[in-house]
Amino acid sequence: MSYYFTILSPTDVPLFNIAFGTSKGGGDGIARFRFPDTAQYMNQFIIHSSLDILEEAQWTNGGMYLKHIDTYPPAAAYITAFLTPSGARFLLLHQPPQLPASSSGTGSGLGSSSLLGTAGSTTRASSSSVAANPTSPQTEEAVRQFMNEVYESYVKTAMSPFYKQGMEIRSPVFRTRVTAAGKKWL
Amino acid sequence: MATPLRQSTMLSVNNSATPQSASSDKSQSPQTQTLSQPTPGLRVPSNRKTIYDRHLNRSRNAELSRASFAFLFGEMITYAQRRVTGIQDLEKRLNEQGYPLGLRLLDLLFYRTTSTSSSALSSSSTSSSPPNRPLRILTLLHLIHGPLWRLLFGRSADALEHSVSPDTPNEYMITDNDPLVNTYISVPREMSMLNCAAFVAGIIEGVCDGCGFETKVSAHNQPSEMWPSRTVFLVRFGESVMEREKVLERAGVK
Repeated sequence: MSYYFTILSPTDVPLFNIAFGTSKGGGDGIARFRFPDTAQYMNQFIIHSSLDILEEAQWTNGGMYLKHIDTYPPAAAYITAFLTPSGARFLLLHQPPQLPASSSGTGSGLGSSSLLGTAGSTTRASSSSVAANPTSPQTEEAVRQFMNEVYESYVKTAMSPFYKQGMEIRSPVFRTRVTAAGKKWL
Repeated sequence: MATPLRQSTMLSVNNSATPQSASSDKSQSPQTQTLSQPTPGLRVPSNRKTIYDRHLNRSRNAELSRASFAFLFGEMITYAQRRVTGIQDLEKRLNEQGYPLGLRLLDLLFYRTTSTSSSALSSSSTSSSPPNRPLRILTLLHLIHGPLWRLLFGRSADALEHSVSPDTPNEYMITDNDPLVNTYISVPREMSMLNCAAFVAGIIEGVCDGCGFETKVSAHNQPSEMWPSRTVFLVRFGESVMEREKVLERAGVK
């Protein structure tokens, strides 16, 4: 399971992003996406394309945690969203490890064989984990916990008088906090 | 207001050295990193507590000295009064000073209601339901009238009204009989139009904007016999908000 997490300002400026892998079920916390290393922009591409759906869901659901909102089947990418009351968007893309049999020919087929090899080896380790099934209630709950923890750090950032809304979050402490939350819940 | 929090967030000030030099008398030059942080440019306070280590609810029930607030607010007005061309300009500046505060308060308010919803009692609110982002105008206004006012001033606002005129369905009024910010302010006769609660209007505008409601908010004097400093905050929602409101009403969203 690999994750790509990003925070977007209300005006669609990316404030923060991080890629990480699962730490559950013997995962080593390193992201292994199905795209080759040279095509990591695909994550951003997919995650940002869900913004339209998010902006629709935003006005029908008053909760902060909007759960799973979008799926991009060619890359098996699931997108979960969390909205802060002041309009910042937290988006999490999760991609389950590729099963050896189910390599689809589209998009992800570009993945280099060495990459698929490593992904395949971790499949068995993490298939029993919460994360292997991205739409299960357990996963949603885990992501909720993760989002809430990030939200706390985000509020602390926003309360700083040196931070203006829409500024990139560069604090290494914030990054460590997000990484720790990822390790704890995902 | 969240002033105690702000004092604790001095970590990234560039080498003004005043807060540090007092505490770190061991090291000769306060400019050198006293800590073994590998990241250059990051200054961590000497007690190693960054803003991320502090609890956001710590100052929840803390009270702020009214005298120091009055002093600070007086300074803010003096600052805003420099190089202004008129009363409108001055009110605009006060409004702009309040705006970022509104955005922050919104996040803080929701954080505090979520994190304490399990033990929601004491000072939280009458509407202690799990917090939702406001989607409709009325829920938003109730949020401002109730929880936000309580967070800022320790009590609810005094009235919430909708404009009766059919020409202006987008106007709402929030009334405060005795705004805290104006307690120690006497406005000179020649500036009688001025209402320094424009600062609070800015806060309201920030809250509305943060929630996705395009708004203009202004503060107006409406003295009554009983309440000489009664202030009405006129909230005017934008066209886009009214359109969305109609769509949401038809869809039955609350």
